[in-house]
Amino acid sequence: MTQLVLIPILALLSSMLAAVIIFALPEQRHRLRTGINLLAALIKVVLVGVMTWGVIHQLDYGLSYEILPGVSFELQADALAMMFAGLSAVLWLLTTIYAVGYLEDSPNRSRFFGFFSLCVASTMGIALAGNLFTFFLFYEMLTLSTYPLVVHRGTEKALQAGRNYIIYTLSGGAALLLGMIWLQGLAGDLSFQETGQLVDLNEELHPQLIMIFVLLVAGLGVKAALFPLHGWLPQAMVAPAPVSALLHAVAVVKAGAFGIVRVVYDLYGIEFATLLGVLEPLGWLAAFTIIYGSVRALAQTDLKRRLAFSTVSQVSYIVLGTAVFGPVGTVGGLVHLLHQGIMKITLFFCAGNYAETLGIHKIHELNGAGKRMPLTSTAFTLAAFGMIGVPPLAGFITKWTLGTGALNVQMEWVIGVLLISSLLNAAYFLPVIHRLWFQPEYDWSEQRRWGKLETHSWLLWPPLVTAVLTLLVGLFAALPLSPLSWAKLIAAREYLP
Amino acid sequence: MSNWLMAGLLFTPLALATTSLLLNFRQGRALAWLGMVLQLLVSVGLWGLVKQEGGFYYSLAGWDAPLGIELRVDGLAVTFLLLTTLVASGCGIHAGIYLKPDKPWQRYFWPLYWFLWAGLNTVWIGGDLFNLYVGLELISLAAVGLVALGGQAEALRAALRYLLAALLGSMVYLLGVALIYGQFGTLSLAEVAHQVRLMHQAELMRPALVLMLVGLALKTALFPLHGWLPPAHGIAKSPVSALLSALVVKASFYIAARIWLEAGEVVATQWMAQLIGALGAAAVIWGSWLAWCQPRLKQVVAYSSVAQIGYLFLLFPLTFGVDASTSLQAQQGITLQVISHALAKSAMFLAAGNLILAVGSNRVDALAGVSHFLPFSLFSFGLAGVSLMGLPPSGGFAAKWMLLQASMASGQWWWILVLVGGGLLSAAYVFHIYRASFLERDEKDHFYHPDRRLEVVAMLLAVASLGLGLAGSQVLSVMALPFEEVQ
Repeated sequence: MTQLVLIPILALLSSMLAAVIIFALPEQRHRLRTGINLLAALIKVVLVGVMTWGVIHQLDYGLSYEILPGVSFELQADALAMMFAGLSAVLWLLTTIYAVGYLEDSPNRSRFFGFFSLCVASTMGIALAGNLFTFFLFYEMLTLSTYPLVVHRGTEKALQAGRNYIIYTLSGGAALLLGMIWLQGLAGDLSFQETGQLVDLNEELHPQLIMIFVLLVAGLGVKAALFPLHGWLPQAMVAPAPVSALLHAVAVVKAGAFGIVRVVYDLYGIEFATLLGVLEPLGWLAAFTIIYGSVRALAQTDLKRRLAFSTVSQVSYIVLGTAVFGPVGTVGGLVHLLHQGIMKITLFFCAGNYAETLGIHKIHELNGAGKRMPLTSTAFTLAAFGMIGVPPLAGFITKWTLGTGALNVQMEWVIGVLLISSLLNAAYFLPVIHRLWFQPEYDWSEQRRWGKLETHSWLLWPPLVTAVLTLLVGLFAALPLSPLSWAKLIAAREYLP
Repeated sequence: MSNWLMAGLLFTPLALATTSLLLNFRQGRALAWLGMVLQLLVSVGLWGLVKQEGGFYYSLAGWDAPLGIELRVDGLAVTFLLLTTLVASGCGIHAGIYLKPDKPWQRYFWPLYWFLWAGLNTVWIGGDLFNLYVGLELISLAAVGLVALGGQAEALRAALRYLLAALLGSMVYLLGVALIYGQFGTLSLAEVAHQVRLMHQAELMRPALVLMLVGLALKTALFPLHGWLPPAHGIAKSPVSALLSALVVKASFYIAARIWLEAGEVVATQWMAQLIGALGAAAVIWGSWLAWCQPRLKQVVAYSSVAQIGYLFLLFPLTFGVDASTSLQAQQGITLQVISHALAKSAMFLAAGNLILAVGSNRVDALAGVSHFLPFSLFSFGLAGVSLMGLPPSGGFAAKWMLLQASMASGQWWWILVLVGGGLLSAAYVFHIYRASFLERDEKDHFYHPDRRLEVVAMLLAVASLGLGLAGSQVLSVMALPFEEVQ
């Protein structure tokens, strides 16, 4: 069964090779570079599609070899891996299209797209990692490959943001490494496995396992922007819009959240983690972050910063869902991994369009932009409604499932958190939407025109596609292969029979 | 077969050294290409031999110990021979292009280069303490000569300082060797180790051990004896700096490690081991801090060597009083650290040399805009930096992981903090340089573009240091080749 080994490797290599070729290309070969980028992205979507089909049919994709005495390099494709891999493969394709349009005529594109591809290769590695060691390899590779993207503009401000990003993420990596090595000392090299791996350890080790859990979650929490480790995220907003999309929806923040899901479900096991009592504090922390992020978002006057704090808040839904014991809560958390990605990437694409077309950065400058850019604004409105949780959009499905899950296990306070947060979401998104559609036009001094369309066509299509997806995943949540059904499939495999 | 290989290994560098004395730079260079190919063949041949028949003792010209020169060819020696071939060839190729043939003093480069190589080979396979000393002296003198090459006042001053440190180190070491000889009447390392284990009061040998270790620590530039290293490595020509940092300091460390592993367990004490480790830890912190403070690019790289050398000395506490498997993990970790540092640091010095050539200044803040016009050399520098920071998937990370495992298994958790914290500190100075190079000033290419081959050499070494992280087990399997103990 060589194809079972080959396909995960190819999924990794496709963007890795693309990166190498792009680095080697001279700066001015723009068409060729775009071609390679899109080709690699398409190949990846196909490969991930094939693997998803295989996972449904219970095929074991993966490989493992001893990389150092005592640990192995392990790839495996299980249902959870495919969820993240699928998300990043599809959104990478869209982000690539968007980035090509966005960076037209700007310098350093060779460097940008090279690291861009490396970044996605790392994300694919994170998704497919079969043990904590392999996860860590790609997790740190992600840190390194996103740094040049964050500082891409090379301004003093960008470099400052890059510095903070690196300080936060490398410290997080160090905490993760400490936890890993401790765990390795106690239990050896452990593969991720549905229902967890640690339940058989001696009871005397439980206090140590709690400490390790704290270290691991602290390390992963930096990228997941859990309070109080979220400081880098709003600053990193100086990066170009496709990078923000990448950071917030496809790769970095998601890698952190995905890592927490992996640790809770496939390393500790949800039942064992509940037994240790580590999930309840994690739930409280997530709940606090949800509220805190929303409150901070309210106070922002800069559009991208408002979206950034909204990410801080929204990603913690995933963590909250993870911390709520019970299959329905699990489904709520997992499904938001996809939903948040689709909605947030739409918002960032739109924010980028406003900035590129009309020169809009501040929220008050959005006045009347709906008339000038109706399609972009429709996409923005859809995604924002989704974030608030208006039925039948994606965000509603998340909140409904999370709420039901919490009620099932008598955690009524979660309902309160959901309500408050939805109100806050409405409070910071509705005024924006109101400005878009119902205010007189602002005087945009830097606006540019692109023929008949409201903006460059490569900038326009990606947000439209994701906005339609926001609607579809909500409307057709009950169909097989929808995010919700996939999350249910995972949840069914994570709980002990 | 082994006769030919050993002769090739030891005599060709010496023969090349003396021959190149008579040649000018260009002729010496042509001869050097030949020499590198020969060394490659010989070291790969030895590897094959050891793989097939196991390691062996070899008596030069048929004279057995204790009279003759005893050589020991085992997996570890083969590992380092291969490493030397790779790194020294890389530096030699770079130097052949980098150094301008028109300067009269350049012709002395090749003789010194080959003496250095001969010394290194002698040390890797030396089996007795005096023989190791001879190799070490050969290395030191050649290295001092290489630093002085070029002859500006600052270079001469650094070279002189280096010379004094090296001589002092040798003297202290030799004193220890004399004590050993007085006690046992032999200098064969294996024989001495055997005798020591039979002694009733092994601690009597402690002064000799301490003397030897102190001398070697001075030559390896262990904190606080590192003062000579940054000026010498910072001022030398880039390919020379690369050779010095990558290989020369490793030779004296290698001897110290061999002595320790043979006799440390019975002669030394726990607090000695911990003290050496603590000095290593201090080197990591102090070296990284100073590296961060340096305004000049090559000084940053040189101080980073001080820090990276610190990690090597964790070998001492992590192999003392622990079980065999933990000790093995520590040894594997240190071996990986030696290899990855050699590859990464040579790549970094060569890339730094290219960058300085391009920018026309050795200041870090002159790098602004380099990422735009000279991405290739910067990329090599960056990849080497990844290994130095110990981030995956590099050789530096593989080394760190093994050392972390060993610290964990031996319950010496404080070294874990040093290893993880040291990684963050090195990130501080590496990112300091990335940051400077990503800054965009004016959109104009005012850089000199160095020869493409110079950039490729640096890149190859950097990729090797990175690739080591994915092939750690395979590289370590060379070290673990069996050795037949026949005396």
